Amino acid sequence: MSDPASPRNTRTIKVDYLARVEGEGALHLGIRDGIVEEVKLKIFEPPRFFEAFLQGRHFREAPDITARICGICPVAYQMSACHAMEKAAGIALPRPLRELRRLLYCGEWIESHALHIFMLHAPDFLGYESAIAMAKDHRDVVQMGLKLKKTGNDIGTFLGGREIHPVNVKVGGFYKTPRKGDFTQLAETLRWAADAAERTVQWVAQLPFPEFDQEYEYVSLSHPDEYPMNEGRLISNRGLDIDVAAYEAHFEEEHVPYTNALHSIHKGHGAYFVGPMARYALNSARLTPRVRAAASSAGLGEICNNPFQSIIVRALEVLYACEEALRIITEYEEPDSPDIPVHIARECSGWGCTEAPRGILYHRYVIGEDGLITQAKIVPPTSQNQKQIEKDLWKIVPQSLHLTDAELQWRCEQAIRNYDPCISCATHFLKIQKEEIPS
Amino acid sequence: MSTQPKLAVWKFASCDGCQLSLLDCEDEILAVSDAVQIANFAEATRHVEPGPYDLSLVEGSITTPHDAERIREVRAQSRHLITIGACATAGGIQALRNYRDVSEMASVVYASPQYIDTLATSTPVSDHVKVDFELRGCPINKHQLLEVILAFLHRRKPVVSSESVCVECKLRGNICVMTAHGTPCLGPVTHAGCGAICPAYNRGCYGCFGPKETPNTAALAAQWKTLGASSGEILRAFRSFNGYADAFREESLKHE
Repeated sequence: MSDPASPRNTRTIKVDYLARVEGEGALHLGIRDGIVEEVKLKIFEPPRFFEAFLQGRHFREAPDITARICGICPVAYQMSACHAMEKAAGIALPRPLRELRRLLYCGEWIESHALHIFMLHAPDFLGYESAIAMAKDHRDVVQMGLKLKKTGNDIGTFLGGREIHPVNVKVGGFYKTPRKGDFTQLAETLRWAADAAERTVQWVAQLPFPEFDQEYEYVSLSHPDEYPMNEGRLISNRGLDIDVAAYEAHFEEEHVPYTNALHSIHKGHGAYFVGPMARYALNSARLTPRVRAAASSAGLGEICNNPFQSIIVRALEVLYACEEALRIITEYEEPDSPDIPVHIARECSGWGCTEAPRGILYHRYVIGEDGLITQAKIVPPTSQNQKQIEKDLWKIVPQSLHLTDAELQWRCEQAIRNYDPCISCATHFLKIQKEEIPS
Repeated sequence: MSTQPKLAVWKFASCDGCQLSLLDCEDEILAVSDAVQIANFAEATRHVEPGPYDLSLVEGSITTPHDAERIREVRAQSRHLITIGACATAGGIQALRNYRDVSEMASVVYASPQYIDTLATSTPVSDHVKVDFELRGCPINKHQLLEVILAFLHRRKPVVSSESVCVECKLRGNICVMTAHGTPCLGPVTHAGCGAICPAYNRGCYGCFGPKETPNTAALAAQWKTLGASSGEILRAFRSFNGYADAFREESLKHE
């Protein structure tokens, strides 16, 4: 044992720019005498003031403007914004349009999850710094992953016009809806993709997972008939069961003294966990038999409490999204009209919450009688997971002190990537202080 | 030592969508990584090669004092610097702050706006450093991105059309939504590059590639009026994802 006062007992791990996450973030760890004293997930992504400049914009513009919060999950923003506006107008979409929205969301889940599984997360487990480096030894796997990712983008391009910031979504439905016969090629690609997703589940299930688990409060949407995407009540494994309208009564953003960021908490409960792990824990009964069989062959039970295994859950959701997309295409009936009219001519408010690939995304708007937005509130999934990410690090770091600094740093990065954090999304409500955090 | 050209990708205030376009080149990305050394691309790899870099792709606008300094460092390390997307090229949607009092905006979003370290404006990269080529779009078109990288590798000028979206509509065989349906469309003044997606989906172009060369915005605004658009609608149409690009900014000011 060395002298506790010796500087050798003080370890400072600084990751100044987290790689393989979407956006700009940093991590600071301080360890003294084997005790973790400081865990700071720091966000330095510049603020972009979306909630402010949405004021004065027309309610019909919200889906396209908020899509620009995140290039990785623009569909999620379009969906939450559309649902909020339709709630305000008091309308609901007929089944064919509702199904097409779900199809578009399947595309985003497949694309975003495949990106994360193969390009951002898997390299950690195998000790590669990137998917490009991984491709030198595992070219077939990376190529399969890219093709799977492309299948998700194919849905976005087909239905939305382009992969990033699709143009075909509007409040009330779509600008143009496909003909029944237009789906032939997409269906064929999706059948390949479902098989590839099944192989992906098998492949990720055999990755070496660090031993880790934690008791979490999982929060997701829940729908009686389907695995949640666009609609449902908000539930948790600790008794939460509310209408989305009550979101702000149950969740709040908290200023934590040791960071400069606002953390979302479940009032009276604390940190909570949103995203694939939460959806799976609360809704696995509504997955298809094929997905459930794949989960069980991957060794996953009804609930998974090791966030490093989120990569398996993401792969299961890719398989689900492929199957669900095929179901929608098979059952599709052309709508009478690509959209239903939406008019707002009185002051009103509306809210929407949908399942972005990373978890629930909440929007609320107040709209004036001229149709212009007077107030906007947006709570993205990464803000909701932020406190939980730090809680994981507080537990992982003490378990990992035998590692070298470089290994410990990598392990922490991997633990953050378990959440597929999207820092670009998270910045709108984060405080960024001028003061530098002393190392 | 690798003799491949070194590619770096940099992010400023943005949504990440334009750099994602590189990863969206699913069929080409491995070939790209064979042809160039991906030396600095945080979204894709934790490996960082020190500069200088042969080609820097810059996403995002300049919105903080720190970033105003950082873009100068990026320029100093880059033989060629190409901006990708509306944020880097025109200030992006966040340049809507340029029309308002930024401290008031900060107080809408943040409970303690005094903590926010931000500039009053969101500005394009070219306001700060020399830019060798600007690729338009919100988001950029990934095929154009590949063309720009390829052109750089072959030391030639990128083949990127500077005509209007109208030309792309004709090439695609779209029906003109403004003539046939009376739908207001920014296509006549908007830079080509997207492939006229919106009109193909029965929607008017909303200008996400920014102004084309020598756009006649006044004539188009007059046409919008005859189609029944209000001043507010015209103002908002010009003042969106490229609302701080010169031609769109000037036209929007006429409708305040």
